[in-house]
Amino acid sequence: MASHHNELSYDSKIEGDVVVSRLDAVINWIRTNSVWPMPMGLACCAIELMGSGGSRFDIARFGAEVMRFSPRQADCMIVSGTVTYKMAPQVRRLYDQMPAPKWVIAMGACASSGGMYRSYATLQGVDRILPVDVYLSGCPPRPEALLDALVKLQQKIRREPAASRLFRA
Amino acid sequence: MPATHDLAAALARKFPQVAPRASTDWPAFNIPADQALTALQWLRDEAGFDMLTDLTAIDWSAAASPRFTVVWHLTSTSRFDCVRIAAACADDTSPSMPSAIALWPSANWHEREAYDMFGIAFPGHPDLRRILMWDGYPYHPLRKEFPLAGLDAPLPDAEVAEETGARVQAAPYMGGPFVATPGESAGVAEPCGRDQSWSEGKEKPAP
Amino acid sequence: MAVDYTFPEGSARTAAAQQEAAEHMSISMGPSHPSTHGVLRLQLDIDGEIVTRADPVIGYLHRGDEKIAENMTYNQFVPYTDRLDYLGPLSNNIAYAMAVEKLAGVEVPPRGQATRVIAAELSRISSHLVGLGAFGIDVGAWTIFLYTFTEREKLYRLFEELTGARFTTSYTRIGGASRDIPEGWLGRVDAFCDQFLPILDEILGLLTRNRIFLDRTEGVGVISRADAIAYGLTGPNLRASGVPLDLRKDRPYCGYEQYEFDVPVGTKGDSYDRYLCRGEEMKQSVRIIKQAVKAFPGGDWFARDARRIFAPPKDRVLTSIEELIQNFMIVTEGPKMPPGEVYFEAENPKGILGFYVVSRGGGVPWRLKIRSPSFCNLSILPKTCVGAMFTDIVAILGSFDFVMGECDR
Repeated sequence: MASHHNELSYDSKIEGDVVVSRLDAVINWIRTNSVWPMPMGLACCAIELMGSGGSRFDIARFGAEVMRFSPRQADCMIVSGTVTYKMAPQVRRLYDQMPAPKWVIAMGACASSGGMYRSYATLQGVDRILPVDVYLSGCPPRPEALLDALVKLQQKIRREPAASRLFRA
Repeated sequence: MPATHDLAAALARKFPQVAPRASTDWPAFNIPADQALTALQWLRDEAGFDMLTDLTAIDWSAAASPRFTVVWHLTSTSRFDCVRIAAACADDTSPSMPSAIALWPSANWHEREAYDMFGIAFPGHPDLRRILMWDGYPYHPLRKEFPLAGLDAPLPDAEVAEETGARVQAAPYMGGPFVATPGESAGVAEPCGRDQSWSEGKEKPAP
Repeated sequence: MAVDYTFPEGSARTAAAQQEAAEHMSISMGPSHPSTHGVLRLQLDIDGEIVTRADPVIGYLHRGDEKIAENMTYNQFVPYTDRLDYLGPLSNNIAYAMAVEKLAGVEVPPRGQATRVIAAELSRISSHLVGLGAFGIDVGAWTIFLYTFTEREKLYRLFEELTGARFTTSYTRIGGASRDIPEGWLGRVDAFCDQFLPILDEILGLLTRNRIFLDRTEGVGVISRADAIAYGLTGPNLRASGVPLDLRKDRPYCGYEQYEFDVPVGTKGDSYDRYLCRGEEMKQSVRIIKQAVKAFPGGDWFARDARRIFAPPKDRVLTSIEELIQNFMIVTEGPKMPPGEVYFEAENPKGILGFYVVSRGGGVPWRLKIRSPSFCNLSILPKTCVGAMFTDIVAILGSFDFVMGECDR
């Protein structure tokens, strides 16, 4: 039986070769396990992002090792590094070019709130120009923290009412 | 150091208006702005300082005159020593210094940066535009009266500014001071967040 | 150039003019691009495949470090130096601390210097590993990246033991460091070096005589010796062009004169030479580290006589009033620096990092200029990229090994 919690669970009733489930659950399950990040690698956090893609921390376990630098092919923009006012319009443009559904992880202190750069040139948090789904603190956050943020994002995706928005984006 | 003495003596012979400049390490000289290029050329050709390692400026604050000083650091790739040349800009309100780009192409970007940060013009530079800030930015950030928090300005891209409603906003520290000034009494000068009531959601307190 | 884009019937000449116009393109490469190593933007004008004009646009990571330095005490600025060349943060910390110590006239004792040398060389290895990894991945060799990042993880473990952070270490203080080396750390550094050399040979073996890599990098992005000096290039980029300038040998600091090592110098100044220089420099770094570990001195690791500059040990601060006041003054007002100007250059992995500190006394500098090696290395791009093929740009950028955090500050 499908549960009536907030989190949609993949319940199925198997009759022969037919699997019955809720559309939301299936769509969200697909989206969760293949979040293709677009690494907006701006500064030092990008190195930890690359480190999490490396062999030790292996973001591939979560289905997210396909780092697409083209926004048209990516799901999740990981803003890693300081966003300056000069760079901000380009970040917004790239976000606009991503097809829905799309999510944003603000990785690190600089992306979340400007970090320790409280100066004339630094955008004080990328949430001034983008809707952020997960904020990740750290300077830089450890790769484990980034993976934790990814897991939280996956939990968030699983709760979305995907079917009702499927044709509306 | 015999090398320094030689250099100082030779410079003084060739350019009588050169004065030694206080420096903790390398030999440093003050040169009048109109002789700067000739002196730099002499140093490059005769004294063997073939690399321009750094070109920067100092703003001594609006109260000082001369206000802006341009500083060149030259290195010799054969003797591995360094020399610092400083020249004060003649005009305090629209400072300018002849461009050294004909002597060293590396001066190109350094001078663009000095222009961007201080507003110092370099006549003779082929392409003097901002390098670190965007082209339409109205201020010169490293001038002493410009606050660290910045001043309000529109975002570089009008489309994105309209779409997101974002602007270049001043970002002052909440409270402060965060560094004590020597000489003041501890109660006044001790770093602490003085005014904790201000937050970004509320109106900023009057200065 | 204005071209009429309508096709009149049967007019071959207009079609040909069309074709020619279409082949001259203006492309903006970056600022978000996998191969621009950060946020560099290259405005390129290309004619078919050949680049006719290249104009780098930088400043996308300009965070205002120099202005921030005018509002921070000398010790408070150390974390900002980490984030300059964020691939080898320890060497930035060390260069900055030495610049300010020169201003103060303070010298760190031999144990502190040896620690700094080991830290700087480890960070050189770390930075060159990323340089090679990114270079490899840009020209298509994915494996290099994974190998080098695995080695970097081992280095991160060492850095974390020494400083508390994987990278962005903020290790040095004016007059010393945040703490002494942990017990057994030297042994682990030695063990790392022993296991690193064969792996380095393996990594370099993947590229050095690889036909594809040679085709992509030999003769590409040639920089002549005169150009390299005229444009202010430093570090492996300068040495690959035949200028043997290495500050560790030519203007030794921090005790480098006691160690025996070679400096690789290239001949042709192309991308392949730059790659070879970096590979060989890593081997020489291992050599230095092993010597430093073997001859590691005892004694103080901070300048004990720098009373108003280096905070006293915590146990004294908490028990003695004089040390308490000293600590208070150093933390709130900053280390007491005499008025003066100093320009100190260190041989960083990317090139020569210089700090020009102008002090009017007190704990906060009046002006701090950071002479960034990547800023100067990139200034030669307009000259080097012209005449190259569009796809060679990626190889040239990879071989320069710059980092925008340092370039833009």
